[in-house]
Amino acid sequence: MTTTTTAAGRPPEDSDADAAAPPGPPTAGDPFDRDVLPTPKGASLALLRSLLRPYAARGRLTVVLLLLQQAAVQAGPLLVAYAIDHAVPALRAHDHGPLLAVGAGYLACALAAGALQYGFTRSCARVSQDVLRDLRGRIFRHAQALSLDFHERYTSGRLISRSTTDVESLRELLNDGLQELVGVVLSIVYVTAMLLYLDWGLGAAAVLSAGPLLLFIRSYRRRSKRVYARRSTAIAAVIVKFAETLNGIRPVQAFRRERPNDAAFGRLNRVHERVNGSATLEMARYVLLSRTAANIAVAAIVLWGASRVATGSLALGVLAAAVLYLRRLYDPIDRLGMFLNAYQSAAASLEKVAGLLAQRPAVPEPATPVPLPERADGRPGREVTFSGVHFAYRTGGEVLPRFDLTLAAGKTVAVVGSTGAGKSTLAKLLARFYDPTGGRVLLDGVDLRDLSTTELRRGVVMVTQEAFLFSGTVAENIAIGRPEAPRAEIERAARAIGAHDFIAALPEGYDTDVRKRGGRISAGQRQLVGFARALLADPAVLILDEATSSLDIPGERAVQRAMHTVLRDRTAVVIAHRLSTVEIADRVLVMSHGRLVEDGTPAELIGNKGEFASLHEAWRDSLVQ
Amino acid sequence: MSDDAHRPESAVPTPRSPVRSLLRLWPYVRPVRARLAGAAGVAVLASGTGLLIPLVLKWLVDGPVAERDAAGIWLGGGILLLLGLAEAGLFGLRRWLVARPLASVEAAMRAALYRHLQRLPVAFHDRWPTGQLLSRGTTDLQLLRMFLAFPLTFLFVNGVTILAGCAILLAQRWSLGLVLLAPIVPLVVLCSVFEAKYSVAARRSQDQVGDLTTLVEEAVLGIRIIKGFGRHRAQARAYTALTHELRATELHKARLLAAIWGVITVLPETAIGAALILGTVQVADGDLSAGTLVAFLSTALALRWPVESIGFLLAISNESATAADRYFEVMDVPEADAADASVLPAAPGAPAPDGLAFTGVEFRYPDAPAGAPPTLRGVDLHVRPGETMALVGATGSGKTTLTALVPRLYDATGGRITLDGRDIMTLPRDELRSLVAVAFEEPTLFSATAAENVLMGGEEADGDGVRRALRVAQAHEFVAALPQAEHTQVGEQGLSLSGGQRQRLALARAVVGSPRFLVLDDPLSALDVHTEARVEAALREVLATTTALIVAHRPSTVLLADRVALLSGGRITAVGTHQQLLRESAEYAHLMSGADPAGAGPSSAPSPADPARTAEETER
Repeated sequence: MTTTTTAAGRPPEDSDADAAAPPGPPTAGDPFDRDVLPTPKGASLALLRSLLRPYAARGRLTVVLLLLQQAAVQAGPLLVAYAIDHAVPALRAHDHGPLLAVGAGYLACALAAGALQYGFTRSCARVSQDVLRDLRGRIFRHAQALSLDFHERYTSGRLISRSTTDVESLRELLNDGLQELVGVVLSIVYVTAMLLYLDWGLGAAAVLSAGPLLLFIRSYRRRSKRVYARRSTAIAAVIVKFAETLNGIRPVQAFRRERPNDAAFGRLNRVHERVNGSATLEMARYVLLSRTAANIAVAAIVLWGASRVATGSLALGVLAAAVLYLRRLYDPIDRLGMFLNAYQSAAASLEKVAGLLAQRPAVPEPATPVPLPERADGRPGREVTFSGVHFAYRTGGEVLPRFDLTLAAGKTVAVVGSTGAGKSTLAKLLARFYDPTGGRVLLDGVDLRDLSTTELRRGVVMVTQEAFLFSGTVAENIAIGRPEAPRAEIERAARAIGAHDFIAALPEGYDTDVRKRGGRISAGQRQLVGFARALLADPAVLILDEATSSLDIPGERAVQRAMHTVLRDRTAVVIAHRLSTVEIADRVLVMSHGRLVEDGTPAELIGNKGEFASLHEAWRDSLVQ
Repeated sequence: MSDDAHRPESAVPTPRSPVRSLLRLWPYVRPVRARLAGAAGVAVLASGTGLLIPLVLKWLVDGPVAERDAAGIWLGGGILLLLGLAEAGLFGLRRWLVARPLASVEAAMRAALYRHLQRLPVAFHDRWPTGQLLSRGTTDLQLLRMFLAFPLTFLFVNGVTILAGCAILLAQRWSLGLVLLAPIVPLVVLCSVFEAKYSVAARRSQDQVGDLTTLVEEAVLGIRIIKGFGRHRAQARAYTALTHELRATELHKARLLAAIWGVITVLPETAIGAALILGTVQVADGDLSAGTLVAFLSTALALRWPVESIGFLLAISNESATAADRYFEVMDVPEADAADASVLPAAPGAPAPDGLAFTGVEFRYPDAPAGAPPTLRGVDLHVRPGETMALVGATGSGKTTLTALVPRLYDATGGRITLDGRDIMTLPRDELRSLVAVAFEEPTLFSATAAENVLMGGEEADGDGVRRALRVAQAHEFVAALPQAEHTQVGEQGLSLSGGQRQRLALARAVVGSPRFLVLDDPLSALDVHTEARVEAALREVLATTTALIVAHRPSTVLLADRVALLSGGRITAVGTHQQLLRESAEYAHLMSGADPAGAGPSSAPSPADPARTAEETER
């Protein structure tokens, strides 16, 4: 486990790692690998401030409630003193007035303290819950807006860690921290004032004694900041491993990975255990040091006061009172520690969250979106143009050298080539999962970068090999591209792709929850659901990136039929290793090492005896004779 | 998506006593019990020392200072210093005593949870979303550590303080003491009402956190789809809705907490007020000395903090009890091996080679709705030793399910599966899984190097073995081209590979250990034709000496096999060579060529103008 460094300690070349980061190999200095994304200086504090700002008014109200509550609580002892000094003599003089006043006053204070406590607790919870809700939402929205390359490197475990354990530590600060801090400050101000009022010398000595205490507080802050940052990283690593194991439980069990995993998890868990223990020990160290300093100060001031009484320069009564106040001056040291504790833990977490929020989407939404033009022919397909496009990952290694390409509206284009030829990169550029390093990708003449998300997804939809199903019903899963679609249309899409029968056979048909009883759906069926999504979304341009790999041949046929009927006249880009889909294409592009090496109709290319012809022949051979 | 949409049915909270839930922590706390008890003792000592200091101060002021006794002043100062140092030391000591041990309790519980989860049946994981399990392994355990560190100790220390204080109060003046103690009965009643309501709310909130975690996880795993359909705002809205629900629950908790804190503040204060008035009357009547009243009331005031603290200590204890419930809810699910304990050890002696045999195998998913037909209803199939059998069936016919039964990811609910004549139910899972290697339909790579991912299939393989396996899977070339060749990190935390690349690594993993039995679930689906042809050529050599069951969607994969079995309607309906089945089985011919099954009636010649109907027909 690498230790974290502060923003200042990071090499400068890492500081711009937020732009299109490559899925390159993580190196020792990789901020993603170490879970320390660059955070601008002061970003965590700025984040806290921006979170609190909308609730400033309620926050102030909360503080006022707390101040009043403390006043009501502190009034008790004063009333006791009054009762003994005034009510008793008055009562002896058969005057019940003072006693009644004390009784009424005490009762009022008790009720007020209770009511204020109630009000404060609720008000504080409101502020803290509002802030936490905002923070959770911000993290999630931001993460969702970030580009694919970010997610390929950040891992779900870390994102979970950000939105659970890191949010939790802010919760602790907001829930208990405020009460601690206000209590501490109130008590220090009150007691110091009383000491100074009693005797300037003693008061000044007490104020001076705060010097070493401040040093300890500073050193604690510095040390705990480090250890909490390490702890936040350590728990994220634990979560990442945990999540990875659970998501791959089948291979874990089938390949008997349980014991090696126990060992690997044990290592990460122990790192967290050590840092966790160290964090608590920092607190122990602080309490020990600050208590020692405070108690030495008490003894020294008492001695000095006592000797002044002996020489007659200080009244005995004043010393007695001062001594009692002194004790109370140092009482809140622990509570200050608790507050610092919560603060540091929250600061470390906020730093991580701020690092996440500082990541800029490599594929930003346009400030002034441009709508797609109405097509004159009224046909649904649109023309795609790659104009001087080239693409490279940031670590270098140009994946797509500069190329120009126009795909006619309403035509089906198949892209073939071996792994790494750049087919998927081409598709991802067209779907705007990435932006090209140079050049433009145009849809009916409009740069994809100028389209709003809604417009873009009406224009281009990509179906990938991984047909992930979200929690929810089958119908909800199909309707992802058009949530408002009526049930009839959802069913029509499913029928068109041949998915209706198996869906209807599920326990609750389209309303079956895919994560619940009987909602088990095979990989091939998932791909059909994925395809139904695309049919329902009804885009102008459809990209199929290996979207039929798990389908059997009848399934594949159904997809082809759907493309001919439901998706007739849409522009389609089909990437498939199986050439069955290619048969229906109007045009075939063969890619090799990022370049287009062949381009033509299937018939032309088969006649050319080039790469496609050989692929086609191999595929023919693989079919039933 | 409602708040309980992602929660498995078994997670419905059952009312349980919080004390009993917390007592279940004992096995984990046991190893550190001495430290924990020591810390509680030190906490008592520290409060005692804290109480002594004012007494010394009082003595110092009343005695040596008043008498101008220089030696006495120095003595008093010295005692004060020593007590102060002792107090500081005890404070530090208490924290030091529990810091590492409690971190180790948390870690041990987390490791136990992880260990346990890995060994739970796959069916359990089908039901439980990762997020729910994760939140049990993180936030819940952190809460439990906090509980052991503070509330537990202070419930004890403050409880002792309150009892001692009450005794002192009663001894000083029993009538006033009774007035002060009067609120105890209503307090106890109100606290238990609070406790019952609060634990329901706490449970709901913790479950909602689990749901949020699940949503975050899904949003990352499904990011390509979300992006591909421009759904990230909708996804964020769903998340926001859930955070609103969590906020509502938390505010409900806060209302309960505020009410009980208010009560805990008001009732004792009122009692003190009543005692004050009663006491003042008594003093005025001369029944009571002013000094006794002051002493009595200062004792009562000193008890204020311990009494007030009970409110939040109870709240934390309650949440901790809920966290413990959530934790043990998972830990109480029996491990897959637990049911095997009664199984007789396998018959001694080397088993006769008999291949892989399914006899009357039935399977229904444990969570299948009642009345639904079982997924597999009597599968009979014999894969002879050294034979390669292709398994063909329509989408969703149960092929993957059947393959999952062999390494016992699920247990057949009826019938027998034998490996070389030995019932797999009598084999220890570990041994069984060392005999059978699997390549899954969805190739999962773990965050490790490419070589390590392959080696997971056979720890004993060496570098040559890995290279051989990579060559069989035709993965050697692209692996060699990776930045650090086979030592390149792949998986979620490493280089992301294409589907075909992952599939080939997963295939290499399956063959690296030269397993006796090989189960491959559509292992070549993501490969291009050229690569597929090369993999098939290399795989043939491996298959020549291995008993293998291969799920196949395509003729090219089927041709790897000696014979083909057709799975239909939960049974094997035909077994034979590819050519035989093509001739004899209409369903098989349909699956392999897309031609419509013979005898399907008028729709056997579909009109292209009616594609939706055709799609339906072909799905039959």
